[in-house]
Amino acid sequence: MGAVNGDVYLDHAATSWPKPPGVLAAIEEYFANAGGNTGRSGHRRSIAASRTVSLARETLADLLAAESPDDLVFTKNATEGLNVAILGLVRDGARVVTTSLEHNSVMRPLRYLEERGRCTVEAVHADGNTGELDLDEWEARLRAAGPCVAVATHASNVTGVVLPVRALGELAAAAGVPFVVDASQTAGHVPLALSELGATAVAMPGHKGLLGPTGTGLLYVAPDAELEPLIRGGTGSQSELETQPDFAPDRYESGTLNGVGIVGLGAAAAYLTEIGIERVHARLTELGRRFRDRLGDLPGIIFYGPADPAESSGILSVNVAGVPCATVARLLDDEWGVATRAGLHCSPAAHRSLGTAPDGTLRLSWGESTTEADIDVATDALRTIVERARAAEPVGTPA
Amino acid sequence: MKWGGVVSFYASEHAMRSERVLQRAGLQARLVPGPREVSPNCGVAVAFDWDDEPRVEQALADARVRYEAIHRFDIDDDGKIV
Repeated sequence: MGAVNGDVYLDHAATSWPKPPGVLAAIEEYFANAGGNTGRSGHRRSIAASRTVSLARETLADLLAAESPDDLVFTKNATEGLNVAILGLVRDGARVVTTSLEHNSVMRPLRYLEERGRCTVEAVHADGNTGELDLDEWEARLRAAGPCVAVATHASNVTGVVLPVRALGELAAAAGVPFVVDASQTAGHVPLALSELGATAVAMPGHKGLLGPTGTGLLYVAPDAELEPLIRGGTGSQSELETQPDFAPDRYESGTLNGVGIVGLGAAAAYLTEIGIERVHARLTELGRRFRDRLGDLPGIIFYGPADPAESSGILSVNVAGVPCATVARLLDDEWGVATRAGLHCSPAAHRSLGTAPDGTLRLSWGESTTEADIDVATDALRTIVERARAAEPVGTPA
Repeated sequence: MKWGGVVSFYASEHAMRSERVLQRAGLQARLVPGPREVSPNCGVAVAFDWDDEPRVEQALADARVRYEAIHRFDIDDDGKIV
């Protein structure tokens, strides 16, 4: 580590930092006054834990406009939710239609099934800069013969571009095809009404835009969805039965819940309810414009993603001509204390689609707590790196 | 305190939500250990004043909370039949 003169966190797309103050307070309160296992016992610490977890579920359901708190299943992250949705919906012999911008949390479960001959995977090309994809092709593939499941990301985790999931969902519903949405980059950043999305399942992390602790995630399961649970076990309910409960959320929540994480997530949801996700999105757009304005005239910076930050979820991917993105990320961290993420971002398919494989891009991603000063530090630093590269000076010590 | 009615549930999540729903509706309600005579499904039940029974039923229906049954029982805060 070199001398760091800043602490600028621009890796919100990996996990958000810092969290709202209420998150830590809720966790402390939980350990002090609750701390029992949810739904398992009748004593006061179990009841207190159950009450706070139940309230968190309700707050999240209201924030995300689910029809009922029962439609929200707690998971440990979006990846778990996507695995429950994909493995629970894809039947042997199915075709899975997806996009070219998917994260490995979608692609790996799909390739796992495909390698075992249990499904085929068809990716419709989506433009990583504009988010556009051929809706006629999407519809035609959904309507082809045989059982089918559709999976799409709400926004690319590489460029932040938001995809037209509502249109994709309408076409899926009209074709009678279950539709899974990966809302990893949009939950908490882009207004989202779960009950109006037309999706069968929507997976999201609790620790990114929703501002909760790591180890939390949510899976929305539509009330009429026919989804096999991924794991089975104790739920605290129907203990006399050796078979899994058939009702949500217990059907999908076997084993002890991450109570401490969930109450933190609930506190974060209360914070987001107070400020409003519309306002968060407006703020992220404003910050995105500042990035663009301060870097836009700089030759040697290559931008990926939508020109209008309003069409993004608070992400900007760039490359500095002639300098590997991993070097740029290291310099930013070492010299300026700017945290970013370089490489393929667990999304080789998206980078291939964008033409940035195998090296990837430098991803800067911000949140509602990011300040103008943070962006100025990062953009000034990038400007310095570009100038060093153009002057053929060593841009930094070798990695 | 003595209660005249008990709501039983399949899942404690729904018992917790019902307690909030009923209290927000201005009704007296309390989580109690589920009396053995009522249901083995979930460890807790919600006790309420039997005079409020129609309002309890209505509030739970409005909030679309899943419950097992509403029972007429005289119980105390510990869920014991008195």
